[in-house]
Amino acid sequence: MEKTAAIKNTKEDTIFYTVVFIVVSLIFLVVLYPIVYVISASFSSPAAVSTGKVVLWPVEFSLEGYKAVFANKDVLIGYRNTLFYTVFGTFINVAITMLAAYPLSRGDIVGRRYILFFFTFTMLFNGGMIPSYMVMRDLHLLNTVWAIVLPGAISVYNLMVTRSFIESNIPRELMEATQVDGCSDFRYFFTFILPLSKSVIAVITLFYAVTHWNAYFNALLYLDDRNLFPLQLFLREILINNQVDASTAADQAFVDAKQGLADLLKYSLIIVSTLPIMCVYPFIQKYFVKGVMIGSVKG
Amino acid sequence: MLQIKKNPVRGVVISGNKNKTLSKLRSQWQLYAMLLIPAAFLLIFSYYPMLGIQLAFKDFNANLGMWGSDWVGFKHFNKFFHSYMFGRVLKNTLTLSIYGLIAGFPLPILFALLLNAMPGRRYKKLVQTVTYLPHFISTVVMVGIIMQILNPTVGLLGIIWQAVTGNAAPNVMGNPTAFSHLYVWSGIWQSLGWSSIVYFAALSGVDTNLYEAAAIDGASRFKQMIHIDLPSILPTAVMLLIMNAGSIMNVGFEKVFLFQNDLNLRTSEIISTYVYKIGLTGQNDFGYATAIGLFNSLVNLILIVIVNTVSSKVSEQSLW
Repeated sequence: MEKTAAIKNTKEDTIFYTVVFIVVSLIFLVVLYPIVYVISASFSSPAAVSTGKVVLWPVEFSLEGYKAVFANKDVLIGYRNTLFYTVFGTFINVAITMLAAYPLSRGDIVGRRYILFFFTFTMLFNGGMIPSYMVMRDLHLLNTVWAIVLPGAISVYNLMVTRSFIESNIPRELMEATQVDGCSDFRYFFTFILPLSKSVIAVITLFYAVTHWNAYFNALLYLDDRNLFPLQLFLREILINNQVDASTAADQAFVDAKQGLADLLKYSLIIVSTLPIMCVYPFIQKYFVKGVMIGSVKG
Repeated sequence: MLQIKKNPVRGVVISGNKNKTLSKLRSQWQLYAMLLIPAAFLLIFSYYPMLGIQLAFKDFNANLGMWGSDWVGFKHFNKFFHSYMFGRVLKNTLTLSIYGLIAGFPLPILFALLLNAMPGRRYKKLVQTVTYLPHFISTVVMVGIIMQILNPTVGLLGIIWQAVTGNAAPNVMGNPTAFSHLYVWSGIWQSLGWSSIVYFAALSGVDTNLYEAAAIDGASRFKQMIHIDLPSILPTAVMLLIMNAGSIMNVGFEKVFLFQNDLNLRTSEIISTYVYKIGLTGQNDFGYATAIGLFNSLVNLILIVIVNTVSSKVSEQSLW
């Protein structure tokens, strides 16, 4: 495309490229600004945050907010729980998805249409919130770790992504050749499919892990025990419901200072809770993009 | 008739024509064994709850349990259709999804077209990296950021407002008319970049000879965008539009619930949040809540089936 621009860089093209550059840059800044603002605010002093001095860069650099975050017991409990749910939940997700993806990728499996329908129908229709809650209650899963890691164990979307990948990337001839040599489906699955699916496993691992890290809905429905709360539920209390103990002290200056710290804590908390994703994101970006591509080729 | 046939997959197989499927089935038992665990998960956590739909036609009594409670026919549906909340939650749900579709659907297309036409590989990469990022921020955090920025006293908006007008800033979060805009535009902020990926994929498949030919014929880059880029992503766009239209009654619970407060409830109560409140907080009216939820899922299902039929006729693409 750059080549065409070289062939004929008329006045019209120059105007076009300028407009494109300006519009794209505007979108870029609109997306970027809130992120930069939150990062800068999190490193500022409580007073600078509550009087609105932060505009772009940190004002009166301080780590007060982060100290407050790590002194908060709820946050630590939430962080621990979320780490556990993410690792354990993702493991279950990926294992089950792979188990389903290989048989479904086999064009010759008897009853393929019906099996596929059995899986995709759950994407189209579900029992709903109350019946699901009743099932969890009847199975005595409420207020247990299982309530978080089991219900969404298969994302049919991820399953279809994985299936398409296997269908289009692992040659059928490989299976036929190994079967002539007497290789069973189990062995073929473990010695060929799994190792050859590394890249798609990376993709769905990331998809599932991000979903676990960010989820709060199941926890909201199924958990009452604060010791099991994931980070997002504590975040909701602090960020949305504003439940930071804003103190009962009568001294106005003290209350102001506390309120300033409470607001600063929110910014720091946002950073701390999003940090794991922000840190790995630039390195894994291409995998995510790959996942979307596979999914869009065949949905 | 008995056949002796060399089966390339399983070696020599002796089978009658009728038993062909059966023997194939038997030879594939390991595949079914693998499917057993995933299928069990779906049976327990997706299909088993569907039995609970009977609650929509029953007056739930905790002592009698789900199966023992009395049938009441369409009582709950009648009650819902005649309540003032029916019109309200339906309207709010549709407002959010239709507004979201009209504003949120064309923008990623436009963004992909513009970014694709922009020279400068490095800057392009940077823009992509940054605009994909919000997709990974949790809903709780995103709503938290918005609330913090819009805060009338300590937020960025409040402070700018005060500096410019000298008056106290309005409470945007508590304004019922602002709710749908907040919902839709925060969604666009979060998904603009991510939704454009599919279009980039389509654009990267365009034959570069086309651009050269067009340039030789004197087409400006703008004209190339209209006549080459746009047609090449149109099939993807049509497909996605149809799919989105099918989930128009399917507004996610998570973000709406977080944006809700007592002041904006008039415009922010949607079907799923209403179901939650009726069923799982306060009154615990399981039957009524299940009925409302079922109404929503059924409309969803019908819409998706219609849309998919249209889609398979128009673009020969289908979900199943």
